[in-house]
Amino acid sequence: MMIKIENLSYVYNPESPFETKALDNINLEVEKGDFVGLIGHTGSGKSTLVQHLNGLIRPTEGRIIIDGIDITKKETKLRAIRQEVGLVFQYPEYQLFEETVYKDIAFGPKNLGLNETEVDSRVKKAMELVGLDFEKIKDRSPFELSGGQKRRVAIAGVVAMNPKVLILDEPTAGLDPKGRDEILGEIQNLYEKENMTIILVSHSMEDIAKLVNKIVVMHKGKIAMEGAPREIFKNQERLEDLGLGIPQVTYFMKKYKSEGHSVSDDILTIDEAKEELLNYLRRRDNA
Amino acid sequence: MSNTMINIENLTYKYSTIDEKSFTALKNVNLTVDSGEFLVILGHNGSGKSTLAKLMNALLLPTSGNVFVNGMDTKDEEKLWDIRQTAGMVFQNPDNQLVATIVEEDVAFGPENQGVDPREIRKRVDKSLEIVEMSEYKNHAPHLLSGGQKQRIAIAGVLAMNPKCIILDEPTAMLDPIGRKEVMKTIKKLNKEENKTIVHITHYMEEAVEADRIVVMEKGEIVMQGTPKEVFSKVKEMKEIGLDVPQVTELAYELRKEGIDLPTDILTVEELVMAL
Repeated sequence: MMIKIENLSYVYNPESPFETKALDNINLEVEKGDFVGLIGHTGSGKSTLVQHLNGLIRPTEGRIIIDGIDITKKETKLRAIRQEVGLVFQYPEYQLFEETVYKDIAFGPKNLGLNETEVDSRVKKAMELVGLDFEKIKDRSPFELSGGQKRRVAIAGVVAMNPKVLILDEPTAGLDPKGRDEILGEIQNLYEKENMTIILVSHSMEDIAKLVNKIVVMHKGKIAMEGAPREIFKNQERLEDLGLGIPQVTYFMKKYKSEGHSVSDDILTIDEAKEELLNYLRRRDNA
Repeated sequence: MSNTMINIENLTYKYSTIDEKSFTALKNVNLTVDSGEFLVILGHNGSGKSTLAKLMNALLLPTSGNVFVNGMDTKDEEKLWDIRQTAGMVFQNPDNQLVATIVEEDVAFGPENQGVDPREIRKRVDKSLEIVEMSEYKNHAPHLLSGGQKQRIAIAGVLAMNPKCIILDEPTAMLDPIGRKEVMKTIKKLNKEENKTIVHITHYMEEAVEADRIVVMEKGEIVMQGTPKEVFSKVKEMKEIGLDVPQVTELAYELRKEGIDLPTDILTVEELVMAL
């Protein structure tokens, strides 16, 4: 078990008129090697939850155990938590601060007290993993890069810490479709080749459907739904009630089926839809 | 009054960088936006679309060529305030656009600066908030609102200046799906009910589906334009530029490649259900 969350609750501004229960008795288990999609509309508690997972916020109640370490215990060192769990914030490029790309990515590993050779190899590897050319851009200022490149530098800075769990809060927000596909491809790469456990916070049901093997839906500080994408996306109405939706292609297949066509509506991607429809249309033509 | 809201002729714009090299952001662009039109500009990051928007209300001035807003040359310094009043601008990040601590004061900021009569300001603020459906929040603090609500306040602030045209530079990029829907509904309403000319810059293809016309920018040039059906039917070209088409449009395209007889201009779920 990689992450185990037990009875986690968090209250903002306790005992004041603004008291808000941001998380309400959350129980969740994430296996090693899971790729989790965390969805829910703004204010549902997603960000509060992920901030707990790397020790930025301490729970009001409950425990979080990551790879056997109880990170909610007072004596657990933050440094140990940060090595377990890397968190990439929304618009992470706003946090770049160093003079060169190299220094920015090296900042975390250096703070771990690693020697120079180890820092160097971590920076190289992290840059390679996020698709940045080491020789070409290591000495450039991060501020003169394009938006997509800046974001990669920021992600590389977290990857260079070698976390076992990588959490990304809307890593594609504000990027164009091409930039989005590239970043998602690199995240997929980290998942497959580096065996990282990934938690992806996203508003795009299409992206979630393509990538993850487990979906957690948050609503009003609670886990509203949890399961495999195929199971979750069957519940179109429930998701819409929660201010979410299903991928357009899934919606299409449901609608097509409801018009009396005998196709499966258990479809998440364009490729799956294409295959299902071709089979159906050929069957129909031959009949 | 002419039927043309914005007229752009042979527009080139170069940014100069610190080391005295220059970067050509727009190359010989020609574009006319009609009064009352809902125009969407698509293009990926760095394609020149935000630069173009800034040239449309004289935040930037052409390196060569001309931009006319409702007949006024943006290079004419004396017309600057008339131009800004005619073509209002809404930006991506709502937090960077709100200036006051109370919603209605924020909306009043523009007309106050124009020296509009206080009674008239009161009327405009109420009307603008009503149009964006935020009247009940008029005494709230903007920083406590949701992203979609903030963006609608920013739009109300522009509306209070009585512009004929509103230019929105990726107004939904930082919003969640609910916020995006709210803002899109507002933009459509401005166009259909308030008769405002809309220039909407976005990455989201589904927001472009309902436009009157789409202009696609790539490397500082207009590479495609037409109705949504005309533009999105070019699935291959759009993908090559690094842009998307709606999922059902792509599905129809894939099925056509396999020999299924389908029209090329499918944009919605309903159209594909009917066609199959």
